[in-house]
Amino acid sequence: MFRNTYDSDNTVFSPQGRLHQVEYALEAVKQGSAAVGLRSKTHSILLALKRSTGELASYQQKMFRIDDHIGIAIAGLTSDARVLSNFMRQQAMSSKMVFNRPVPVNRLVSAIADKAQVNTQEYGRRPYGVGFLVIGQDQSGPHLYEFSPSGNSYEYYAMSIGARSQSAKTYLEKHYESFADCSLEDLIRHGLHALRETLQQDKDLTVNNTSIGIVGSASEHEKSVPPTGPFRILEGDKIDVFLKSMVPKEVAEPVAPPPADAPAAPGAGDEDVQMAE
Amino acid sequence: MTSIGTGYDLSASTYSPDGRIFQVEYANKAVENSGTAIGIRCKDGIVLAVEKLVHSKLLVPGVNRRIQTIDKHIGLATAGLQADGRHISNRARDEAGNYRDTYRSPPPLKTLAGRLGLYVQAYTLYSSVRPFGISTILGAVDKYGPSLYVVEPSGVFFGYNGAAVGKGRQLAKTELEKLKLSEISTREAVIEAARIIYLVHDDAKEKEFELEMSWIGDETNGVHLPVPKELFDEAESKAKAALENFE
Amino acid sequence: MDHFPTNWGRPRNDAHDAYGTYPIAERPYNGPKDSFSEGVQHTQQPIVTGTSVLAIKYKDGIMMAADNLASYGSLARFKDVQRLHTVGNHTVIGAGGDMSDFQYIQNILDELIIDEFTAQDGHSLGPAEIHEYLAQVLYARRSKMDPLWNSLLVGGFKDGKKFLAYVDLLGTTYSASTLATGYGAYIAQPLLRSAVENNEDTLTEEAARKIIEDSMRVLFYRDARSINKYQIATITAAGTSISESNHLETSWDFAEGIRGYGAQTQ
Repeated sequence: MFRNTYDSDNTVFSPQGRLHQVEYALEAVKQGSAAVGLRSKTHSILLALKRSTGELASYQQKMFRIDDHIGIAIAGLTSDARVLSNFMRQQAMSSKMVFNRPVPVNRLVSAIADKAQVNTQEYGRRPYGVGFLVIGQDQSGPHLYEFSPSGNSYEYYAMSIGARSQSAKTYLEKHYESFADCSLEDLIRHGLHALRETLQQDKDLTVNNTSIGIVGSASEHEKSVPPTGPFRILEGDKIDVFLKSMVPKEVAEPVAPPPADAPAAPGAGDEDVQMAE
Repeated sequence: MTSIGTGYDLSASTYSPDGRIFQVEYANKAVENSGTAIGIRCKDGIVLAVEKLVHSKLLVPGVNRRIQTIDKHIGLATAGLQADGRHISNRARDEAGNYRDTYRSPPPLKTLAGRLGLYVQAYTLYSSVRPFGISTILGAVDKYGPSLYVVEPSGVFFGYNGAAVGKGRQLAKTELEKLKLSEISTREAVIEAARIIYLVHDDAKEKEFELEMSWIGDETNGVHLPVPKELFDEAESKAKAALENFE
Repeated sequence: MDHFPTNWGRPRNDAHDAYGTYPIAERPYNGPKDSFSEGVQHTQQPIVTGTSVLAIKYKDGIMMAADNLASYGSLARFKDVQRLHTVGNHTVIGAGGDMSDFQYIQNILDELIIDEFTAQDGHSLGPAEIHEYLAQVLYARRSKMDPLWNSLLVGGFKDGKKFLAYVDLLGTTYSASTLATGYGAYIAQPLLRSAVENNEDTLTEEAARKIIEDSMRVLFYRDARSINKYQIATITAAGTSISESNHLETSWDFAEGIRGYGAQTQ
């Protein structure tokens, strides 16, 4: 195998001005199972695919609650994610304590991005091997951000990270313009459709391998959610109703999930069928 | 390139036999691969503009800013590694705050640029760190009037009347040289800045981009603010029109 | 310039990372050393002081007033000191107590507002956040037995809501529709309460101004550390404003008969 000498250390620029160690860290994110995030005018949601190492093992944790108004989904090294989410919780608590204000979502994301940047510039470190999708709501409404080990963070309408996330991205790029006005139920359905694209050929989304994270008011299928719509994670039987709402893949899907009173446009069906990569 | 494979280019703390520090030169490469950023010093203020390359259509437009505010009266635009840009702007805020703490007055830009230059240069001295992969344009209106500086990855900094860094800097500099910078107003400079960014953007090679502009001057009471929407839209539509005439 | 690379690239303030999640456990401390720290004596009394601050809620927002005197003991030492300070776009604070501590508080708040401004993300600190912050700062200092010797009123108007609260050198906080610090807490507070309580949403600016002016006048008559020159701040939906200094009209005819005031007749 060709080895170049510019890739063993994160304090070394390649002659092209690239940082190979950082680029490899971005690959670590792609080793993790996929997570998808979407945003409407009223809600931000996360969906993630959980892996299990075997029949006797539980499924991994893909989502973490940071504060009442913020949650994350991760792809990559879980232990790195726990360190960073611990830091995020600290920041959130500090904002509550010092200012009596829920921390603005963008500032929290920037704080971990700035932390990650330091690990791309100093010897004896490695960049974090984990990517986040962060959802939250603050004074300026619901938000969705991506954090990556390179120390970059961006705000998106919709995004996916992790293994085979490109297929989900393709789905999201096709539909994102309709997300703004979606109901929570439709938004979750779009999210599940996108997440489904990251599955291997013979796999399905089930109540065991899927997590849904929501910020915003309750859906009709949720019980006892406070009116402020804090971050919550739905797993197990609670997501059955959402999984059932998905349009089966073999069947042609309508462009948008059909509203009860409007019939789907005929002939528009095929567009949604996505081939797995 | 003569540097590759010699072993003299693996650390910022190593000179090559002819006295060059290749790691700093490579850091400059990171700057050259990035979207263009320009700064204009005019008679009554400063205008900053960047070509923000958009890597996905899922990005929310208008946020994810590349121009940062350092103090009330200081703006900063970087070209290069975006995360390094945030690092340097955080440091700049720290330094500005430190100056205010000590002297109880707003930091003059020359002082701030000097301090940032020292900071950036320190990262070229040790093998335990890499240099910054960014060039930084600093603009401010301080007690000496409008001023504009560029800090390079080596730590050197110069004052400018018009500055351009990043991929399209050559063409941008040529365009800036055509302007009578000592005579134009910030309002006119905003129009010119938009035109230059649109001009240097390479449609064929590059992805989509978003124009981002900010200004400081009499019109903003000496405060660094994004260019207001009305003027921004006017500048952008004029830039697009100028581009068609150019072609 | 600090030339320990391991000290770079992280916030200067350790509070940002209380669990030490940055992987290097020990960082060389490169700052100044205080050889005399054991012999330091902390503040035990205020030196140059301001007296009362008054504030009330009224129809459009908050009105606050303080006179322009800073006393040195019983000496009327500085007669044009402004004791009201604007913080950001929605808040005014007023201070009684040690004036140098107040100037320090003004500086940390100005820095805070600049930090908030430079984020340029549409978020801003309102009166409630500033009050909470002050309470934390003052309580932390008193817990170090080194208090900032002030009693402060924080008044503001943001997102259609009026805010008025008190915080003092102990970190004690309190909120009501009329507040007064210092001597005013004894003399003016009853006057303010009877005029304002239950009228917060109907009281006009003109009426509020009259209540404040009358209370300031009573204070000038009664409080030997006050002066007949004061400023009024209003905080409304339109923003904050602090007036020029006003002069109090007073009449001292009655004092002629008081022994020890006028010319001694016997």
